Amino acid sequence: MATTTTDEPTRRDFIYIASGSVAAIGAAFAAWPLIDQMNPSSSVLALSSVDVDISAIQEGQQAVFMWRSKPVFVRRRTKKEIAESVDTPLSDLPDKLARNLNLPEDAPATDKNRVEKPEWLVIIGICTHLGCIPLDKLGDWGGYLCPCHGSQYDTAGRIRRGPAPENMAVPPYAFTGPTKIKIG
Amino acid sequence: MRIVLPLAFAAALMAPALAAAQTDTSEPLPPRDANLSFQEPYFGLYDRAALQRGYQVYKEVCSACHSLNRVTFHSLGEDGGPGFSDAQVKALAAAAKIPAEPNDKGEEYNSSGERLTRPGIPADHMPAPFPNVQAARAANGGAAPPDLSVIEKAREGGADYVYSILTGFGQKPPPGFKVMDGKYYNPYFPGRNISMPPPLTDGAVTYSDGTKATIDQEAKDVATFLAWAGEPKMEERKREGFEVVIFLLVLSGLLYLSYRRVWRDKH
Amino acid sequence: MSAANSTYKPGNGLTRWLDSRLPILRLAHDTMTSFPTPRNLNVWYTFGGILTFCLGVQIVTGIVLAMHYLPSAALTNGGTSSVAFDSVENIMRDVNYGWLLRYVHANGASMFFLAVYIHMFRGLYYGSSKAPREILWILGVIIYVVMVATAFLGYVLPWGQMSFWAATVITNLFTSLDQIIPHVGQGNAPGVGTVIAQWLWGDFAVGDATLNRFFSLHYLLPFVIAGLVGLHIWALHIPGNNNPLGIDVKGPQDTVPFHPYYTVKDAFYLCLFVILFSILVFFHPDFVGNPDNYTPANPLVTPAHIVPEWYLLPFYAMLRSIPQKLVGVLVLFGALLTLVFVPWLDTSRVRSMRFRPMMKQFFWLFVADCILLGYLGSKEPQAVWHLGGFDVPLLWPARIGTGYYFFFFWIVLPFLPLFETPLEQPKSIAEAVLGTAKPQAAE
Repeated sequence: MATTTTDEPTRRDFIYIASGSVAAIGAAFAAWPLIDQMNPSSSVLALSSVDVDISAIQEGQQAVFMWRSKPVFVRRRTKKEIAESVDTPLSDLPDKLARNLNLPEDAPATDKNRVEKPEWLVIIGICTHLGCIPLDKLGDWGGYLCPCHGSQYDTAGRIRRGPAPENMAVPPYAFTGPTKIKIG
Repeated sequence: MRIVLPLAFAAALMAPALAAAQTDTSEPLPPRDANLSFQEPYFGLYDRAALQRGYQVYKEVCSACHSLNRVTFHSLGEDGGPGFSDAQVKALAAAAKIPAEPNDKGEEYNSSGERLTRPGIPADHMPAPFPNVQAARAANGGAAPPDLSVIEKAREGGADYVYSILTGFGQKPPPGFKVMDGKYYNPYFPGRNISMPPPLTDGAVTYSDGTKATIDQEAKDVATFLAWAGEPKMEERKREGFEVVIFLLVLSGLLYLSYRRVWRDKH
Repeated sequence: MSAANSTYKPGNGLTRWLDSRLPILRLAHDTMTSFPTPRNLNVWYTFGGILTFCLGVQIVTGIVLAMHYLPSAALTNGGTSSVAFDSVENIMRDVNYGWLLRYVHANGASMFFLAVYIHMFRGLYYGSSKAPREILWILGVIIYVVMVATAFLGYVLPWGQMSFWAATVITNLFTSLDQIIPHVGQGNAPGVGTVIAQWLWGDFAVGDATLNRFFSLHYLLPFVIAGLVGLHIWALHIPGNNNPLGIDVKGPQDTVPFHPYYTVKDAFYLCLFVILFSILVFFHPDFVGNPDNYTPANPLVTPAHIVPEWYLLPFYAMLRSIPQKLVGVLVLFGALLTLVFVPWLDTSRVRSMRFRPMMKQFFWLFVADCILLGYLGSKEPQAVWHLGGFDVPLLWPARIGTGYYFFFFWIVLPFLPLFETPLEQPKSIAEAVLGTAKPQAAE
């Protein structure tokens, strides 16, 4: 392999190193769009929050809204359901954390930490075991029953019995009016 | 010379075609120059105020017949576009009537046969004036008004063409030219018989920024808006183009020096 | 390069271990590092590397575009558009950097053909197709034909007006075969050409079935091209590169190792090529395209003027210059098939046209002819030139141009050497480059 011997190696190497480095930087910038195109597109991101109208939901009923391709249960709880949930001591709960994305991670799973307004339960309707969608007004606590492996949740969506490890998550949401919620 | 002669011969053969005169009156006139800011291919950016005025012209005049299917309300707030605020985008969307999903009874129409609608959200595309192309044709004498989302990319002359059509009405046809029934004379349209009646008039819209709404101004503004509708990423494209080309010029300089260094003793 | 001549020495235990199991580093060394390459290769020899780059760009951008593209002609927006057309607009507007990927892929096809035409003209001029490189040349012709097929299939995918109608016109060429077998079966059964066309379409005309299979084939063929390129480079490495002087390499004084001499040279010219590519993508992205393709396909409305992309225009001009459909198709395929025979059509003993003063002129006339045919292909079929008092239908220059194409290959190449006195060629590459034939000490 031919080499030039007349120049000091440092001067010759510099231009090659400089070219190589700049080319490598260019390759990295060129690679970024190829990677970023797989990230959610702007039409997907436009649906990253949804405004829902909950005025049609009767007491004791729930409606399901899609948010980021996941089902969100909005349940209008009866006074009995609220009371049952509030009276539950934390020691009865297999999962003692609130799992509420509006609160800090270590917040305990009291009923207060699971809802913004006691009358309205807003939870992501996905069983924390293996991802099935629980059925409402079933199970020993009158909350939810997951048909796949029998996990049972109470009227605040907290796991009580069964293989699911965590309470159903509470998505980021806020009331934008007496009967309007913005999820996400 | 041996290379130049045959190539010059080929060029000479092509020259007469360029001299073909526009005496044929069914051929459209070449579009007039609209002189819009973004038309400069390297540095031209959209005039933001013109984009907002153009959207107003589209909404208040054109949207009665022309859909803008590919433009979403949320894109009105993105960089490089009209730049409406989040609140404005939400308001513009909410004012729109979007065909609704079937209700709980499975209905899509009310008892009078009208399509049920819901207020728009930013993620929605702009609603079309007609539910399908057959209805569009039926309501417009057999000629469906085309969707305008990419109209300037779909026509030779782009923004100049749209501007020329909009300002080209009202001219006297040349003697002997037959204007077909139900159509209008517009020398910039292929065939010169256009089905669209003159859409713009002086003062057709009242601009909120106080600009005087002449036909010429309205045409320029909506041509600007439609250019953005077809190319919302144009400003980003040109900006990144400069970054890329300058980077590559630097890299080619370095590679040239490397090349000279490697080949120093071999020539 | 045979293994016996390999100069690769594994540097450490790991590379020795790898070398004895799969000598891939040896292969890379032999073909891209130590490979002896003529020392006088000029800029026209950088296009092989540029083409490899183009193929890589098209494959990579194609794969990511395929993550968002939907090959369905099903109607959307009240019947004014299709799923495929909408998916392309989704890419342009909503996919992150989608506009960039689409413009790179579309303009990349044009740059790919620009490079391949320069590469092919280079091969003709310097006699790179002559013995012992005939198979290399033929592989190149096959790669070119597969490129044309790939580009045609790709252009159909956005399902614009031009996509649909170009697909219709080109697949309808097969119906010209109906003349050969007018009825396949009883009575009024369709002819063999129509049977073939319907087999291609999966329908009675171009439609959704066609679009789906075109997408599948468009995804497949670039990998076929990649395989052919591998064979092409292998075939090149047996005799080694030709060079602008057209004379054989006589010894090591005539060559330099591929790395670093040609790696750096290829890198530099590739960078210039990418600058041109970038100017097209970022500042004139729709310049080579046709506005009609931004109108969704409408099977009931034929565009006023059906035109293929620029790189297919010369063949389009040839096709249209013959009024009889079947003969026009045969002329088109004949033009491509002619290229296969070039290594044997050129009977001169001198490879490079640098030393063939008469041939050189015919060559440049041929280049001008290709450009002229391309220009004529872009015009309407009934277009007319007004020259002074005369009206010349463009059909006539197109016929003359087509005639010259065949004249160049079948008459000039074989028979000109009988009349031509070539210039004297240098004795060796080293002599021509360095002014001395003595072996140079490696410096």
